[in-house]
Amino acid sequence: MVDICFYFQVHQPFRMKKYSIFQIGNDEKYFDSTKNQEIMQKVTKKCYLPTNKLMLELLRKHPEFKIAYSISGTAIDQFEKYSPEVLDTFKELAKTKQVEFLDETYHHSLSFLYSKKEFYDQVEMHTQKMQKLFGVKPKVFRNTELIYNNELAEYVEKMGYKGILAEGADHVLGWKSPNFLYQPRNTKKIKLLLKNYKLSDDIAFRFSDKSWPEHPLTTKKFGGWLNKVNGNGICVNLFMDYETFGEHQWSDTGIFKFMKGLPAELLKHPDNQFKTPLEVVNSHEAVDELHVPHTVSWADTERDVSAWLGNKMQQAAISRLYAIEEEVKQSEDKKLLETWRRLTTSDHFYYMCTKWFSDGDVHKYFNPYETPYDSFINFMNILNDMLIRLKTSNSQTGIEKAKVY
Amino acid sequence: MEILMFGWEFPPMKSGGLGTACYDLCKGLFKQGTKVTFVVPRLPKTIKSNFVKLLGANQYAKLTEVDSILTPYMTSNQYLDVYDNLDVATKQNYGKNLLAEVKRYTQAAIKITENENFDIIHVHDWMTYEAGQIAKEKSGKSLVAHIHATEFDRTGGNPNMEISHKEYLGLNAADMIIANSEYTKDNVIKNYKVDADKLRVVHWGIAEDSPSYHLNAESPFKDSKVVLFLGRVTIQKGPDYFVDMAEKVKKYVPNVKFVFAGDGDMFPKIVDQVMERDLAENFVFTGFLRGEDVHKAFQMADLYAMPSVSEPFGLVALESIKNGTPVLLSKQSGVAEVLTNAFKVNFWDVDEMANKIVSFLNHPALSHDLKANTIEEAKGFNLDDPAKKCLDCYDEVKKW
Repeated sequence: MVDICFYFQVHQPFRMKKYSIFQIGNDEKYFDSTKNQEIMQKVTKKCYLPTNKLMLELLRKHPEFKIAYSISGTAIDQFEKYSPEVLDTFKELAKTKQVEFLDETYHHSLSFLYSKKEFYDQVEMHTQKMQKLFGVKPKVFRNTELIYNNELAEYVEKMGYKGILAEGADHVLGWKSPNFLYQPRNTKKIKLLLKNYKLSDDIAFRFSDKSWPEHPLTTKKFGGWLNKVNGNGICVNLFMDYETFGEHQWSDTGIFKFMKGLPAELLKHPDNQFKTPLEVVNSHEAVDELHVPHTVSWADTERDVSAWLGNKMQQAAISRLYAIEEEVKQSEDKKLLETWRRLTTSDHFYYMCTKWFSDGDVHKYFNPYETPYDSFINFMNILNDMLIRLKTSNSQTGIEKAKVY
Repeated sequence: MEILMFGWEFPPMKSGGLGTACYDLCKGLFKQGTKVTFVVPRLPKTIKSNFVKLLGANQYAKLTEVDSILTPYMTSNQYLDVYDNLDVATKQNYGKNLLAEVKRYTQAAIKITENENFDIIHVHDWMTYEAGQIAKEKSGKSLVAHIHATEFDRTGGNPNMEISHKEYLGLNAADMIIANSEYTKDNVIKNYKVDADKLRVVHWGIAEDSPSYHLNAESPFKDSKVVLFLGRVTIQKGPDYFVDMAEKVKKYVPNVKFVFAGDGDMFPKIVDQVMERDLAENFVFTGFLRGEDVHKAFQMADLYAMPSVSEPFGLVALESIKNGTPVLLSKQSGVAEVLTNAFKVNFWDVDEMANKIVSFLNHPALSHDLKANTIEEAKGFNLDDPAKKCLDCYDEVKKW
């Protein structure tokens, strides 16, 4: 038997507005509410609403069909602000009991790599939001962009999670297969689910690529590939951005039609069944220990963290952001803390990525800035303004001003 | 293939990027096995000290002289200034104004071409267009008109009507037009209503490597960052926007140095502005630089700013990156189409220019990453690519 496990990532960052040095000290608004609203409403129309509708139909039609979501807190906040109808449809999906919700950092941040305390707080915020919205406490954790290492598994186990997700990167697996459960090193119970990146990316990245020899991808063809896992594994983890449907792959590529026919096609094989991540974790033992001393992620061909932390600008920006964490928290200014947290969102660092910039690829598509340099300038200007506000906020307590420059 | 080329400057005598561009193109074509006969208005007498270099040029371009005091990017007034200063005997050899001079160049050039063998006529900018048209009529060969800058670019949108009319006639008479950027192509279509189908774009390149790139000149301003202006001090290059930017940057980076290299009709005005705005301590004027001094200026600078109002290509930006110096480019430039690791701003957006420059000067991480990527990207530019593209154009036009 093979457990087919779908997990979809739903995320939108709070994009910053254009903020120049001349605004530092006299403009407290950092985010581009017009653009954020525009993008949220566009993606709602193209992806969230039609895909949720399709998933609901599929779940009703096939009681065996199961899926999982991880929805970032910054996406939820923006649903509440700009597209509350999307949250309603997620709640409907939750009612089917065929849907599992995972936990992540509320602000879709890289906090685990910079501050365990902040990481803990953001995960806690997310758990509470899940309970409030869907009435469930997630038991499986996925970190931002599937960023993962041994230490994370150990930490998250202590927080009480039963499962954790990671990329099935070749350099981590070696000869091992992503189609089994693994035991992260130095853990006792928590189990590791690995993304089958080949089959996942066939849908998420290659589906509409006309230069791909397998184009066009049919449910039959995909089913054929997936069925080959039978006898060679216990699960196939199909992890992808939810925006694959209708946003990254536009409706006219046939992606919705493909998804609509996929569960029925996969269920044709008597040994296939759908399970949510927690169900997979509860049904199988780990076949082996997996040792991941170096951090992996699901990004780019490198499958490392270089998309967010690869250059000096990214490193300078993020270390300066976390350098003021304590001060921001001591200020007891809730609004300021929330603003600071919105700056921790990984997208801001992704925009500064210079890797592949000259080739103009996927990074460019998702980047609201003309260049990574513009993105860095904007971020640092905002951070500098925040310092001034922090100083004002802390002036009574006499806390020293941190230096950003 | 043999090319008859009409131009009006060839290094070391030049005042703009065009001489370099023609020189580089001939060099690139020579490497591709193409013979070029290059007609210039004159071979200056002052060339002696650099004569060896010019002989080198002769290896790939047969230089032919037409007696004229024509120099590139000369306005009619500037021409008259030069003309007035000539002695009476010399004056007899020259036309009274720029347009008369172009006529002289055209007639003299035709006599030369009667003796030459060629397959294609290739002309560079308006002053040579008429010569090209007549050569075409006489020989029946295809005419390729290269447009490096339109009259609209040179004058900041206030063209001399006679010159723009000549540009119009030349461009429309050509079988093919080569523009040095999409930006120029669009301007040509917009201003001269030419048939877009006969337009091709060939972006300029630059010598892949040169000893001049490695002079390791160091800035004498040890405690200050240097922002460089380098170009003709004319309305086209936006020197006044540079001063506006400098005034704003100084408020954030008080000890910044602005090295201002170049000469031109707006120079006195710029000096006045610098004095009026209390920027004297921050500005260093070098006058017109040539040869290795240009490279040294780039190497000493932390950032080169090119706030051009209209820059058909902007070869100077490629010189800057070859010398390892990051650039801030006006979006109204052709070079902005081919450089990705660069700051790009609208020339009028002085605040944004200052925003970027202040950030660049204040954040070592930003200057480090931009510089590193600039150096990497610079490796991709050479002279072979544009020459090959021109050859493709010749092949194509011959079939028309």
